[in-house]
Amino acid sequence: MQRGTEIALSRRVLLVGTGASMAVTAAPPARAQASAPVEPARSNVAITVNGNRHDLELDTRTTLLDALREHLHLTGTKKGCDHGQCGACTVIVEGRRINSCLTLAVMHQGDSVLTIEGLGTPGNLHPLQAAFIEHDGYQCGYCTPGQICSAVAVLDEIKAGIPSHVSTELTAQPEATPAEIRERMSGNICRCGAYANIVEAITEIGGSKA
Amino acid sequence: MKAFTYERAVSPAAAAQAAAHLPGSKFIAGGTNLLDLMKLQIETPTHLIDVNGLALDRIEATPEGGLRIGALVRNTDLAADARVRRDYGLLSRALLSGASGQLRNKATTAGNLLQRARCPYFYDTDQLCNKRHPGSGCAALGGFSRQHAVVGVSDSCIASHPSDMAVAMRALDAIVETVLPDGSTRSIPIAELHRLPGDTPHIETTLGAGELIVAVTLPKPIGGKHIYRKVRDRASYAFALVSVAVIVQADGSGRVAVGGVAPKPWRVEAAEARLPEGAKAVTDELLAGAAPTRENAYKLTLVERTLRAVLAEAGSQP
Ligand SMILES: Cc1cc2nc3c(=O)[nH]c(=O)nc-3n(C[C@H](O)[C@H](O)[C@H](O)COP(=O)(O)OP(=O)(O)OC[C@H]3O[C@@H](n4cnc5c(N)ncnc54)[C@H](O)[C@@H]3O)c2cc1C
Ligand code: SF4
Repeated sequence: MQRGTEIALSRRVLLVGTGASMAVTAAPPARAQASAPVEPARSNVAITVNGNRHDLELDTRTTLLDALREHLHLTGTKKGCDHGQCGACTVIVEGRRINSCLTLAVMHQGDSVLTIEGLGTPGNLHPLQAAFIEHDGYQCGYCTPGQICSAVAVLDEIKAGIPSHVSTELTAQPEATPAEIRERMSGNICRCGAYANIVEAITEIGGSKA
Repeated sequence: MKAFTYERAVSPAAAAQAAAHLPGSKFIAGGTNLLDLMKLQIETPTHLIDVNGLALDRIEATPEGGLRIGALVRNTDLAADARVRRDYGLLSRALLSGASGQLRNKATTAGNLLQRARCPYFYDTDQLCNKRHPGSGCAALGGFSRQHAVVGVSDSCIASHPSDMAVAMRALDAIVETVLPDGSTRSIPIAELHRLPGDTPHIETTLGAGELIVAVTLPKPIGGKHIYRKVRDRASYAFALVSVAVIVQADGSGRVAVGGVAPKPWRVEAAEARLPEGAKAVTDELLAGAAPTRENAYKLTLVERTLRAVLAEAGSQP
């Protein structure tokens, strides 16, 4: 490795160092682990998405994200890094936000999933959707569905009293201050850098200005 | 991702038995580490045993006055449990400093303990790595090693253990409870769960084939002031360069464990005896025998300074 790659490397290892690996895995690894080839296996799973039940028969490798986008054609949920680092794929499963790229669809038998399409419609926006528009909480919009699903859950987590890294008291009821929102939203990356407006939008709906 | 067959486990013993009998099988809990590695074909299991349905998601009081944390308790729920917040603040703080809200909602107690190294060369299948391919070499040794471990390392591997939670559990003397394929059970002090790399860095724990973690038990609370300080490249959502966990008692005695510096959560009881002498004495003992690279030698200083800051915050040391 050349010295000149140092900056690129240290940037990508900030989180987990998978950025560059993603580029090389299209080709089979040079020394694949010795394991007998397995035929693609399929499995049945029933998932309720935005109130509608779907019975699916899927390759076991299908992530929840790919099931939503490729099989149910709910393309509001976005694929960014596909490794849990960017948050674009955030959806709400059984009331909790998760990265839909790092979970298998077959692991969600009987679960209820809420995606951006289920939160509101153009004629009947969820308050957070309206607030993101009002505050210009995006530029290109790619991360926005994940940001909004995450924000909906963040406000619920604060109401439920779940502390965060920046909560001064572990045992006190947290408040939706800008500092709390910034910390709790750190799993949603916005490459356009609309963070200031995103925090304003969420604070308006859930917040206390402190 | 390589193809695999999939089953939902029906009982801990059946899961352990299935895992031991089917070569190439792995347990999947939150999936946040395993699926990441499977997408990169660093992990290539041919069979997945989903343990999420095993009802191992409860936190119960033990007769000894401690807590028994089910292996499937999510990191969010563990950090937010009222008893943990009150009596084991160190653990809540460590959990809340790790990953993101989305990931903590999925990540489990057992999966967090068993998450694999974040060494960039381990993640890059074009690089030599003894952990991925035993005997192939270690690209980190002559490479960029700013994030790597400084103590407990070997000539085969210098990767650090990435878990924050495990550092707090080490300070709290947690016990890992398992079920073996023959249905018997075992209790492993957390100090003995992770192995040092030696010349077999691909063998990371002392768990046997098919051995399933079912719970982690915390002894009864010891009081004291709990502080977890994580030093990283940005304020949130990044792994530790160095983390320091302390529990300091009113008389100045206490416990110290550190993360980001070793292949396992690092604690040296003899170092704690030197707390009255201050951060430098403790760090010297804690990191005795350290073998840093040119790029990560800064961690020795960073541990000492972070410890000094933390002890000052605890109000015990100059
Ligand atoms: C972007 C990103 C950032 C992160 N940042 C941090 C951070 O700052 N700090 C930190 O500590 N962590 C961090 N993590 C790691 C995260 O904490 C782990 O991925 C998570 O804890 C793993 O838990 P899981 O339940 O998802 O494990 P899984 O992925 O399901 O499993 C991990 C391993 O454990 C085994 N396993 C699971 N359950 C059992 C069991 N009961 N018995 C035996 N074996 C079992 C599996 O076979 C697998 O080998 C980060 C992860 C990501 C993706
Ligand atoms: S430090 Fe360990 S994980 Fe990293 S390349 Fe070397 S052997 Fe592999």
